[in-house]
Amino acid sequence: MLSIRDLHAQIGDRKILKGLDLEVAAGEVHAIMGPNGSGKSTLASVLAGREGYEVTRGSVSYLGEDLLAMEPEERARAGVFLAFQYPVEIPGVNNAYLLKAALNAVRKQRGEPELDAFEFLELVRGKMKLMQMDESFLNRGVNEGFSGGEKKRNEILQMAVLEPKLALLDETDSGLDIDALRVVAKGVNSLRSPERAIVLVTHYQRLLDYIEPDRVHVLSDGRIRKSGDKGLALELERRGYDWIRQEAEVA
Amino acid sequence: MSTKTQDLERVFGEKYRHGFVTDIESDTVPPGLDEDVIRLISRKKREPQFMLDWRLKAFRHWLTMGEPDWAHLRIAPMDYQAISYFSAPKRRDDAPKSLDEVDPKLLETYEKLGVPLHERARLAGVAVDAVFDSVSVATTFKEKLAKAGVIFCPFSDAVLNHPELIERYLGSVVPHTDNFFAALNSAVFSDGSFVYVPKGVRCPMELSTYFRINAANTGQFERTLIVADEGSNVSYLEGCTAPMRDENQLHAAVVELVALADAQIKYSTVQNWYPGDEEGRGGIYNFVTKRGDCRGANSHISWTQVETGSAITWKYPSCVLTGDNSVGEFYSVALANHCQQADTGTKMIHIGRNTRSTIVSKGISAGRGQNTYRGLVKILPSAEGARNYTQCDSLLMGDRCGAHTFPYMEIKNPGAVVEHEATTSKIADDQLFYCRSRGISQEDAVNMIVNGFCKAVFKELPMEFAVEAQNLLSVSLEGAVG
Repeated sequence: MLSIRDLHAQIGDRKILKGLDLEVAAGEVHAIMGPNGSGKSTLASVLAGREGYEVTRGSVSYLGEDLLAMEPEERARAGVFLAFQYPVEIPGVNNAYLLKAALNAVRKQRGEPELDAFEFLELVRGKMKLMQMDESFLNRGVNEGFSGGEKKRNEILQMAVLEPKLALLDETDSGLDIDALRVVAKGVNSLRSPERAIVLVTHYQRLLDYIEPDRVHVLSDGRIRKSGDKGLALELERRGYDWIRQEAEVA
Repeated sequence: MSTKTQDLERVFGEKYRHGFVTDIESDTVPPGLDEDVIRLISRKKREPQFMLDWRLKAFRHWLTMGEPDWAHLRIAPMDYQAISYFSAPKRRDDAPKSLDEVDPKLLETYEKLGVPLHERARLAGVAVDAVFDSVSVATTFKEKLAKAGVIFCPFSDAVLNHPELIERYLGSVVPHTDNFFAALNSAVFSDGSFVYVPKGVRCPMELSTYFRINAANTGQFERTLIVADEGSNVSYLEGCTAPMRDENQLHAAVVELVALADAQIKYSTVQNWYPGDEEGRGGIYNFVTKRGDCRGANSHISWTQVETGSAITWKYPSCVLTGDNSVGEFYSVALANHCQQADTGTKMIHIGRNTRSTIVSKGISAGRGQNTYRGLVKILPSAEGARNYTQCDSLLMGDRCGAHTFPYMEIKNPGAVVEHEATTSKIADDQLFYCRSRGISQEDAVNMIVNGFCKAVFKELPMEFAVEAQNLLSVSLEGAVG
């Protein structure tokens, strides 16, 4: 589904990704771990199309298409979803309004009819129950005055409503207490399916106790240094990241 | 200039949609202004002597005044002798008795503007007075209103048919000496709307005036007077458009509102005069004096304005809170795009006891637009228990526009409570990216964010107007972010 080859990306003159390779197939859950500054969030941003990142080399193919040639909204409509590390507040814009506009943009692309207000509410109510969110969230401004945990839950709610093919979660676990983490994990797990790929970007192994990955990759200094199964995450938890860097230097 | 700014400006590039000219024969007096021109205007309108005397008094005072220069505006010098002070579609001498007699070309013009004047096609429940250049061409629903005792007619008709009301209230809120543009208007005003709502009557429908400048090199000077007698209630809407021309045209209107005891007036404006092109050529100079007097106890005046047009906007719809417990409100969205300049705000003058005022101002600047909020909250010693709340927010798009805020406060009563909040923000790239990463196009995202910003004002507009205002804003912003 997602094939990244030799990806180099920079912000200004600062090179961040330095030849990253990654293959993600439909139905898989991948975790990308790594120390601070290794390029995890840059990878998520480049895949979603955030401005300010320059790709200098390499390619990203998504369902056979050149992902990097697409505008951010085209990527979203094609089924790519990024759950933000820092969800953005948009004062005065109704949470439900944004979500409905987003859903109908995606549905239009898929050739499905747009939902009217009633159909939309019915759909979203079911998903909110799953995320243990109060319905009053729908009528508040987008992320306006939400707590950190509420913002993250709102991201997963959006994901559950939009049903993307490729979900990228950028440090969704950071700043969550254990109860909120469980709710978020439940939301993510409910979306696991043979047609869908999920990429979790995370700093800690903790999230992986709740969302079991098929593959774990360690990103360090702009490249994937090591890949393995869930056991690798546990090893990282025990040993930290330094040994990976040393291994890489020796190699 | 960054590429982002160029992108921003592309989204704002959309053309003005009301810029057509109606080819209609007009009766236009030659440019220039002296006492003879004023006598001619008065004679054409068959005015009683008191009206001519008042005009001449205003004109003589105007000659002693200079243009105000305190606003944050750059204005090319204006030649008041180069303007024609009266233009009317011909055949006005036999004024149309009904809509069937109105020139079909005029009706077509209003259809094009989306203001159908034919009763059956019209939005149910809105009575319309249409002012074309200097004169009122049609007022609808007159009979239904008359049944309720409401007078809603062209100002000229009111001068002839209700001279006692005009003599009593004209200039009682905005005297002919008030300021340069109000004095000029008092001398040469041609038409406008007059509304009188009698005691205890709740006006059965929204009243609306649609102003249209058509002829070249003319000024438009309309005068609106609304009197709400004791315990009455009225909601009034005003809309404006003009053709696209390379030269600037002057619009200097005066609006006076009088609310007697327990009366309520809600005045809403959607101003979309031609703003000039992207380089700042042409456009309407909009110098307007709007003021309401809450004359009686418990009276209530509310101004709501959406200002998207005009090359220059200079207006401060104000409330004089004379009556005890009276309430004044001002809700404003002002947009300055391309080379537009807006200096707008309000004055709340607290005189009576327990008077309250609310000011909510939302300024949007884009392109090279300059947007200024200027407001005065004045609390006199007599205004025991007065309260004011002011909220003043600015939104910037791109890096070449400006937002300025000049809040003045004069508090002469130590018991008054005055609050002021102000914010300035940019449409942040991360807000746009957030929307786009959810599949929403750049343009829809900009509209969404701007509408969210303006929400507190839009919700004060009557329903049909709120929709129109949102559409207008999105048209005015198309091309601003790319």
